[in-house]
Amino acid sequence: MSDFLFARSLMGMSLAFHIIFAAIGVALPLLMVTAEGVYLRTGKPIYLELARRWSRGSAILFAVGAVSGTVLSFELGLLWPTFMEKAGAIIGMPFSLEGFAFFAEAIFLGVYLSGWKLLSPFVHWLSGVLVVIGGVSSAIFVVTANAWMNAPAGFKIVDGKITDIDPIAAMLNQASFHQVIHMVLSAFIATGFAVAAVHAFFLLRKKDDAFHRAALGIALVVGCVCVPLQIWSGDLSGREVGRLQPAKLAAMEAAYRTQNGAPLVVGGIPNDDAQTIKYAITLPRFLSLLAKRDPNATIAGLDQVPRSDWPNVRLVHWSFDVMASSGFALFFLSLTVALLAWKRRSLPDDRWLLRVLVAAGPLGFIAMEAGWMVTELGRQPWIIYGIMRTNEAVTPMPGLAVPFIIFTCVYLFLAFMVAYLLRREFFRAPAPGERQTTTASTRA
Amino acid sequence: MLELLIAAALLLSLIFYAVTGGADSGGGMWDLLASGPRRDEQRNAIARAIGPIWEANHVWLILIVVLLFTAFPSAFAVTMTALFIPFSLMLIGVIFRGSAFIFRKYDSPAKEVQGRWSTLFGAASFFTPFVQGMILGALATGQIRVSEGRVATGFLAGWLTPFAFACGFFALALCAFLAAVYLTIDTKDRELENDFRFRALCSGIALAPIAAAAFLFAKNGAPEIFHGLTNWWAIPLIGLTSGCAVVALVSLWFRKFVAARATSIATASLVLIGWSAAQFPYLVVPDITIHAAAAPAITLRLLLIALCLGGALLFPSLFFLYRIFKSNQ
Ligand code: HDD
Ligand code: HEM
Ligand code: HEM
Repeated sequence: MSDFLFARSLMGMSLAFHIIFAAIGVALPLLMVTAEGVYLRTGKPIYLELARRWSRGSAILFAVGAVSGTVLSFELGLLWPTFMEKAGAIIGMPFSLEGFAFFAEAIFLGVYLSGWKLLSPFVHWLSGVLVVIGGVSSAIFVVTANAWMNAPAGFKIVDGKITDIDPIAAMLNQASFHQVIHMVLSAFIATGFAVAAVHAFFLLRKKDDAFHRAALGIALVVGCVCVPLQIWSGDLSGREVGRLQPAKLAAMEAAYRTQNGAPLVVGGIPNDDAQTIKYAITLPRFLSLLAKRDPNATIAGLDQVPRSDWPNVRLVHWSFDVMASSGFALFFLSLTVALLAWKRRSLPDDRWLLRVLVAAGPLGFIAMEAGWMVTELGRQPWIIYGIMRTNEAVTPMPGLAVPFIIFTCVYLFLAFMVAYLLRREFFRAPAPGERQTTTASTRA
Repeated sequence: MLELLIAAALLLSLIFYAVTGGADSGGGMWDLLASGPRRDEQRNAIARAIGPIWEANHVWLILIVVLLFTAFPSAFAVTMTALFIPFSLMLIGVIFRGSAFIFRKYDSPAKEVQGRWSTLFGAASFFTPFVQGMILGALATGQIRVSEGRVATGFLAGWLTPFAFACGFFALALCAFLAAVYLTIDTKDRELENDFRFRALCSGIALAPIAAAAFLFAKNGAPEIFHGLTNWWAIPLIGLTSGCAVVALVSLWFRKFVAARATSIATASLVLIGWSAAQFPYLVVPDITIHAAAAPAITLRLLLIALCLGGALLFPSLFFLYRIFKSNQ
């Protein structure tokens, strides 16, 4: 592999790693605050215990989110110095704001974690709410920076020089809206279903454990409410991509030729040289219908784009299919859960449903990773769409295989440790009797 | 003018990072060096002192990077290219320091498990500030050259010089000193207090010869800094800095720990202020100045507004955190 490919792989790997912790950092505090809120209203100690347990778990994940995020902010310059040199003044703003949002998040998480006994219950809960606000705003800010790479705005190019910079217009670029909504929802979905899976797993072992039932309830509400919204926002994203980045949409659908009444193509093996796709399921006219709201509309194919500017069609197409099928799988799961809950007026706890929930645990994260692959790989060969190519932006540093291998090992080690320690935390679940006494003594 | 204000904010973040995040690193060093009959108590005291605030302390580093690439993008590009290797090393240190600390807390309390994490945490706490000191040193050597916006001197320039190493050692000693001084206040136990007092005195005294060595190396290794430090204003500044250091040591001796903390913080801040005054107006000596690297005015103005608003919201919150944290102990 060339140094350039190693740089891309290192960046992609670091982001794919960070996004997991970032998503949890956005959504877990919401679960935590919800549990504490329920406790404040109902006074049931089990919800307080739940908030405590979730906050304990979040401390580990936060630390890893923070270090991996730190690595990223340096990697932007280490790997893509020319990009940062040109883009820094334009999109440094959202990164700075993210810094502040994160700072607020870190401060109030510290307050939350050490304030159990010192603060009044309401103020303590409020500090948790501020953690949520900090997390969601930091996600909003960074995603606008990414959206700017997809839909650059807020500057002019005169004689090859960037002038007339407007950082606010850059933040409010045309891709920000759909990307932000889609990303924030995906954090709630991914975390909601992953947490639900953990507690469903424990309920399979011990059906009536009130603690895990309470936890499953909250996680499922968050996840199931967000999934239908996500399908809507995914549709919006698709239409916006068609408008802003036709080459990306064409790669998502492996549409080599421009067509009227283009079909939706699911699965299959795209072949760039033959410009065909084998073994795919095609739904006639669906792509035109979805992207343009008109079954006969024209959809630009890759033939409109010089071959040298094609993204990797296979990866983009497959990633899109993975995201969309995970999304629909979660949608049907949410419908089932909602129907059962409505019919029985209580949390559905059939064993088969719990098993399905355990199996569906990773789906949200899989969809999220795949979605980012669509966004990032689909933008190639551009680092700033239509303005700067990725290979113009890369560092001249040779031997990038070395940091790639080292950081891969480091991330594998971190991932392993986090998994191991979380498992330890989960299995330490105290017996119900013990739980009562701990909560009683801490609030006393 | 705007760029000078942002540069001042950059310096301020650096100072905050040194006296909070740097001291956390120092805590890690003393953790690794914990010895004597109260070894475990020392470690516990350190862990309690760093506790859940290390992330907030760590954010200063992020702020430094973000300010740099937003307000001085070309300086950022040059720095990250020329110092790719030490920055990557620093990142590895940052990762292991942060993660080992938190993993230790959540892993099995068994002695050998805890010991392993402590070693990793301590080693990374030595490594990280050392490399950070080297990086700051390298920017001052004047060996990183830029032509037509591109780094012309490769990837080894500056940071492998004796001056940069001396800066690394100075950063180490400073972090260790700050940490030990803070720990004297955080502990109630008289014997433990003595342990940290002794450590603070040792590392504080060690600062003097290292600073002298750095100064001597600067003559050839970082002429711009050397020149700056022999200016008319430098003499009183150096006098004030050493004065603070001496007062800190004397207060330690007489067990006036609160005074020692204030003066040690002042020492660290004055070192950084003196340094940047000597290096002014360069970000990367001698080709990149604050003025030439500055982003367009609109970016700087917005950034400044964000800094003021952010500061107005975050400083009270941070103060609140520290207060809660202290009354929790
Ligand atoms: C839980 C996660 C999740 C789920 C269920 C879905 N997505 Fe998604 N998708 C993401 C998580 C995600 C993401 C990781 O959050 C991305 C990457 C960049 C972004 O803004 O969101 C994304 C990007 C993304 C893009 C590219 C946006 C761009 O490049 O600007 C499109 C077109 C879609 N999605 C479409 C869909 C559709 C039609 C879905 C319906 C089933 C869907 N997504 C479900
Ligand atoms: C706000 C968020 C993000 C920003 C600002 C961002 C920025 C970047 C930049 C600057 C590059 C290198 C240039 C390029 O290859 O085009 C890159 C590449 C990449 N990113 Fe992102 N990214 C973000 C989010 C993510 C996330 C969350 C993921 C993964 C889950 C991701 C996956 C990748 C991958 C796989 C690449 C390599 C693509 C390639 O070069 O083929 N990105 N990103
Ligand atoms: C290029 C892309 C990115 C960069 C440079 C970046 C940078 C950072 C940094 C520096 C931190 C840690 C802050 C600290 O320790 O002070 C962080 C944390 C965080 N990032 Fe990112 N980030 C990127 C992508 C993303 C994306 C795509 C999201 C989307 C949701 C995100 C959301 C967060 C959140 C919520 C945190 C807080 C961590 C936690 O609470 O666990 N980041 N990021």
